[in-house]
Amino acid sequence: MSNGALGAPRLPGSQPLAKPRIAVISARRESLLRAGDSRIADQIFYIAMLACGATILALVVLIVFELITKSSLSWHAFGFKFFIASEWDPVNDKYGALPFVYGTLISSLLSLLIAVPLAIGTAVFVTELSPRWLRNPLAFTTELLAAIPSVIYGLWAIFVLVPLLRQYVQPWLAKYFGWTTLFEGPPYGIGMLAAGIILAIMILPIISSITREVMTAVPQQQREAVLALGATRWEMIRTGVLRNARAGILGGIILGLGRALGETMAVTMVIGNRPEIAKSLFAPGYTMASVIANEFSEATGDTYLSALVEVGLALFLVTIIVNIFAQLLVWSVTRGMPARSNG
Amino acid sequence: MADKEHKSLGMPHAISLYRRAANSLVVGAAGLAVFLVLLPLGAIFAYLVYKGIGSLNWAFLTETPKPVGELGGGMANAIAGSVYILLIASAIGVPVGIGAGIFLSEYGRNRLGNFIRFTADVLNGVPSIIIGIVAYGLVVLSQHHFSALAGGVALAIMMVPTIARTTEEMLLLVPIQVREAAYGLGVSRWRTTLSITLRTATSGVITGVMLAFARVAGETAPLLFTAFGNQYWNWNWGQPTAALPLQIFSYAISPFDEWHRQAWAGALILIVLIVISVTAVRIAAGRGMLRGAN
Repeated sequence: MSNGALGAPRLPGSQPLAKPRIAVISARRESLLRAGDSRIADQIFYIAMLACGATILALVVLIVFELITKSSLSWHAFGFKFFIASEWDPVNDKYGALPFVYGTLISSLLSLLIAVPLAIGTAVFVTELSPRWLRNPLAFTTELLAAIPSVIYGLWAIFVLVPLLRQYVQPWLAKYFGWTTLFEGPPYGIGMLAAGIILAIMILPIISSITREVMTAVPQQQREAVLALGATRWEMIRTGVLRNARAGILGGIILGLGRALGETMAVTMVIGNRPEIAKSLFAPGYTMASVIANEFSEATGDTYLSALVEVGLALFLVTIIVNIFAQLLVWSVTRGMPARSNG
Repeated sequence: MADKEHKSLGMPHAISLYRRAANSLVVGAAGLAVFLVLLPLGAIFAYLVYKGIGSLNWAFLTETPKPVGELGGGMANAIAGSVYILLIASAIGVPVGIGAGIFLSEYGRNRLGNFIRFTADVLNGVPSIIIGIVAYGLVVLSQHHFSALAGGVALAIMMVPTIARTTEEMLLLVPIQVREAAYGLGVSRWRTTLSITLRTATSGVITGVMLAFARVAGETAPLLFTAFGNQYWNWNWGQPTAALPLQIFSYAISPFDEWHRQAWAGALILIVLIVISVTAVRIAAGRGMLRGAN
């Protein structure tokens, strides 16, 4: 039936003759018939879903557009010097973002230094060493760390971690490792060290879960082959598993880095919020994300606001590049794996 | 060569002391790592429950904040505000996210689909504070007001990519034969997608939605300069609105003991809400999400 209706308009010059026998009831019904069963509905559905998908593209374009237009004032005023000047003086409208860049980099690297060994150790234990019944509960518990909101980490850090650091850890570090000049100055508790530790706790789950994922992607035969050659458990893990999964593990680490760079609340609450570049990890610092969090809603003056948005633009670009790089690394290992639901 | 193999086969003790020591060392270190990871988790939960329960009372759940210096008062308006903002966010973010997921799984096996998939992953990695700036520029500047709507928009932007990707993953788990059976009965494509494919994957899709919801429920950074916070009740979407995470933040960094106490109570409420939704998701997902299909 629909074939006749479909064929009709395709014959040029013979429209009156080829008209279907169903009389024209209404223009709308005719168009429905001609379009086949529910082709129009299908078209509309497709367009609606396409619109939803395109929203994602539009959002990213919108973010880039907003950040670039709103920061142009600061860009024109300071140019590239914005990122090498270290003076942040809203009163005199002079802005340099170096202390924030420094604080973000140091706190993130410090957190990686702490989190990476722990995360890989946990992943190795969960996937290779732990008894089978313990695997899922352990994986679930480490993932629970990821569900705790940033602000609660911050709250805990202020009232538990910082006093602990001030009273016990920092004096001890100063006494035995003071010679490295990394642990100098009065032990406030609050500062770069506290920020690094709390960030490490926060990025642990992501690194650990991706490491687990790429380790399970290594074929079982690899393990059996290495074991059959007489390797110990550790040698099997090292040569059979870790070596094959290293690109993916690196990807997980870099994803963790991306998370640490953009993390805002917990860091803001413990880093001390002082735009200074200090070598000591005991000293307070400031990060790109926390300066935006603290000063954006109070920023008076267009240049001030624009400078903050420019800090945001820089943060955005850095996290995007880091994330894309990490994603590609993880894909290089897990690609071709069937979709897994829950471990 | 053959000799050597024979030897080690005959004598398992031929594994050198060094290799055995390295093995035990690593096993021990991995165990220690697990312990060190679980330690802060336990510490946070224990302290949260200890401090939070001590500070929870009826007034906390029913009253608005008292001025500085006065004891008592609560976060009722912040709890309600959070729910309000999350409802706005879900109303915007969930349909768009599911729609995008449908597009990716049903129409997205091509270049455009790959590009959108990639962009969704990029959007997922954008720091939440940046999303706040964008929502500020988009809503607050045009309304000339901090508002619940702006907060909702910010959280919705964060929900969309997560929901889209999990929805896609869940829809792809529905076997192609299920779709073909529907087509064979003459059911149109859109009808198949909505009533057969999406229906089959419902519990998986809900899992994704809940995870996205739990993720944004505790977000503070994007609300700082969108919803902004409020000391009083507010049900107007065009006005500044209190939110639980915001209230916890401002109380935590304040110098008053009474406010610290309330920050702990608020944190307990927040974490209980999130843990309940995440655990519910685990249970629902564990019950076999494709029961209809198998």
